[in-house]
Amino acid sequence: MLLATTAALILLLVLAFLLLEAWPVLSGGGWGRFLSGEGWYPLEGRFGVLPMVWATLAVALGTIILAAPLGLAGAIFERFFAPAPIAKAYRMVLALLAGIPSVVYGLWGLTVLVPLIALWHPPGAGLFTAIVILTLMILPTVALTSASALQGVPASLLHGAAALGMNRKGVVIGVVVPAARSGIISGLLLAVARALGETMAVLMVAGNVVQYPTGLFDPVRVLTANIALEMGYATGDHRAGLFASGLMLTVMVLVLAWFSARLARDGRDG
Amino acid sequence: MKQSRLGKVVALIGLAMLSAVSEAGSDRLELTGSSTIAPLALVIGKRFEKQNPGVRVDVQTGGSSRGVADARSGLADIGMASRALKTVEQDLTPYTIALDGVSIIINRANPVTGLSDEQIKAVYTGRITNWKEVGGKDLPITVVNKAEGHSTLELFLHHFGLKNSAIKPQVIIGDNEQGIKTVAGNRGAIGYVSIGTAEYDAKQGAAIKLLPMAGVAASVRNVRNGSFPLSRPLNLVTKGRPSALAQRFIDFARSNAIDDLIQSQYFVPPQR
Amino acid sequence: MADRMFTVLIWAAALLVSAAFVWLLGDLVWRGVDRLSFSFLFSEPLNAGREGGIAPILISTLLILSVALATAIPLGLGAAVWLAEYTRRGGIFGQTVRLSLDVLAGVPSIVFGLFGYAFFCSYLNMGFSILSGGLTLGCMILPIFIRTIEVGLSAVSDDWRRGAQALGMTRAAALRHILIPSAAPALGAGLLLGIGRATAETAALIFTSGYVDRTPESLLDSGRALAVHIYELSMNVTGGDQAAYASALVLIVLIIAMNAGALAFTDRWLSRRITP
Repeated sequence: MLLATTAALILLLVLAFLLLEAWPVLSGGGWGRFLSGEGWYPLEGRFGVLPMVWATLAVALGTIILAAPLGLAGAIFERFFAPAPIAKAYRMVLALLAGIPSVVYGLWGLTVLVPLIALWHPPGAGLFTAIVILTLMILPTVALTSASALQGVPASLLHGAAALGMNRKGVVIGVVVPAARSGIISGLLLAVARALGETMAVLMVAGNVVQYPTGLFDPVRVLTANIALEMGYATGDHRAGLFASGLMLTVMVLVLAWFSARLARDGRDG
Repeated sequence: MKQSRLGKVVALIGLAMLSAVSEAGSDRLELTGSSTIAPLALVIGKRFEKQNPGVRVDVQTGGSSRGVADARSGLADIGMASRALKTVEQDLTPYTIALDGVSIIINRANPVTGLSDEQIKAVYTGRITNWKEVGGKDLPITVVNKAEGHSTLELFLHHFGLKNSAIKPQVIIGDNEQGIKTVAGNRGAIGYVSIGTAEYDAKQGAAIKLLPMAGVAASVRNVRNGSFPLSRPLNLVTKGRPSALAQRFIDFARSNAIDDLIQSQYFVPPQR
Repeated sequence: MADRMFTVLIWAAALLVSAAFVWLLGDLVWRGVDRLSFSFLFSEPLNAGREGGIAPILISTLLILSVALATAIPLGLGAAVWLAEYTRRGGIFGQTVRLSLDVLAGVPSIVFGLFGYAFFCSYLNMGFSILSGGLTLGCMILPIFIRTIEVGLSAVSDDWRRGAQALGMTRAAALRHILIPSAAPALGAGLLLGIGRATAETAALIFTSGYVDRTPESLLDSGRALAVHIYELSMNVTGGDQAAYASALVLIVLIIAMNAGALAFTDRWLSRRITP
């Protein structure tokens, strides 16, 4: 089919172009310099990208840790605990949250959340704030995908559990969630991939200092924010460095996607 | 059904491209560069368009370095650079359209009333880390620095003789307002922004205050009379002789017909 | 006892999320609602956006979105159909393609921005334009779109396909009248995700469709999207805060309206073709 081929070509094109633009940094022994932790000072010709990689991973990890239970709890709430009108209201809340653009989350984060956290732990803009904002952003996705996964659990399983005399908690935790496991996880990983790729909101609240995240409240710069901050004026090697970091992000997503596919497959077979 | 829709899309793109080819381009000016100058260029451009129907002035951002690079490569008719040209950029011609000062700002609740140049350097390089060391409260200092690529950073570094790798910031910000919001939201923060911006926001109630530098109060007035030590020209740059249209625009932007616009963007009209 | 504890926890989680939402939206409304008015929606920005309205920006936003959807929908539908119907289930080829799509669906939007800037703006010489921005966004939402529809199509029971075959329908006819309409919810979900992501996109658009706040006269003109406008007003324009918040409210309403529209569209039009 012509359309499918075009689509595939476009996607290949994206990857090809990224590789092409990143080549100057990756070739010529650039890899070592790129990965070493010398610090990112492009104007002085230093392109150590590792602190930002760790920062990106730390932000993503923190977000999963917060968003998974909250999102799943929200889905369970909506499906099993909420009376019909409240469930509907809750769905609307989630849909509204999902509709707020990242720049707005960032603005609110900068003007409301950061000063608040600064009172507790200066400077306020840092890893923790970024995690909180990202959790809020991906929560609706996690909740909604988990909800549809829970929905997909055959009613027969629920009936069976009830017949066995299990209480609500037992049914939910012991039967429904495990049965919906693959759907929940794939939804979670989709949301995390989004968190990994989030730019504006993190740019406004994470502090943007290129350093290894040693403390929860340290200001950090993630790869996406770095690209956004510097893309406008980067030339030559610097620009190639940005493209290379973009590829790096893509690799991280690749790993995540592979992992998710493995888990989902095992979940289905298991 | 799907094929015809695809066909329509292709046709639409084709038409759009055709219209581009037929676009002569002689009635359009492209400006790129400093995000500080961009709002000013935008309003000047609008007034220019009104007085010269048929002309279009398109402004894009990307930073002063981008403006210089684009002017040099011809991607832009005019580059916008919020700094003086460097020695390696002498192949380009700058036209100063306004002046802007850069002031140190701290949170309004901070009792400190002034910092010497030495103290500012020490704070920014991490040698002084608590406000009590400079006469303030016992509060850790949150150093706010600008991201690389912004000429405000380069100006700051140059004035204080520092390298960016020597600075130990706690927060790095992109554009001016992000800096203001960061300092306003943090009692221990210190940063530097455009004076006009800071003056306006402080007057509107933002929780910041401007610190004098080397004893001179940070105000738009002092930038105008030249007494404030850290000020910079806002330049339009071109490579070689600008086109007739570009020259008209540049002359317009340097005339006093747009002084009110300069002031509306909280900059200072240059001495003429 | 454990059951009650569980219930409490679940309710607490739900309340926490709702509280955060109320706080966020309430703050936005409080700061921006004063600036909202009919003239805000229909007039041009003045004084670098501090005064006046956002009409040209709304137009640019809708144009960019249209270009993105015009590229993504036909290409996405075609590719999804091919994946779901014409490749062997569990075959290695289909699996590889699916995995690559999942990867690309997760590629950060700013990376697409880099690509769009390098390919559409520089290489194809489209410069800063609605077209560059729209095509970039189209590429961005394409993978999500394909995957969502493909999942929806695969979920349709094979009985239906066999039934259609038994009735002597051609594959194309079966697709058109039965399979695609029954995957309508997936189509809607895909549209929803795509539109939401595209309209909220900021960073990628700053470098592809640009900064100009005039009403674009052709697709090759630069045009500022609403999200970019909000960023500019709040981060770069002195005194632009109120307009930024008001624009934010407009953007949220826009996204929600489009989401509702996407849902209604798929619910009503496509599923009308099948008896419930």
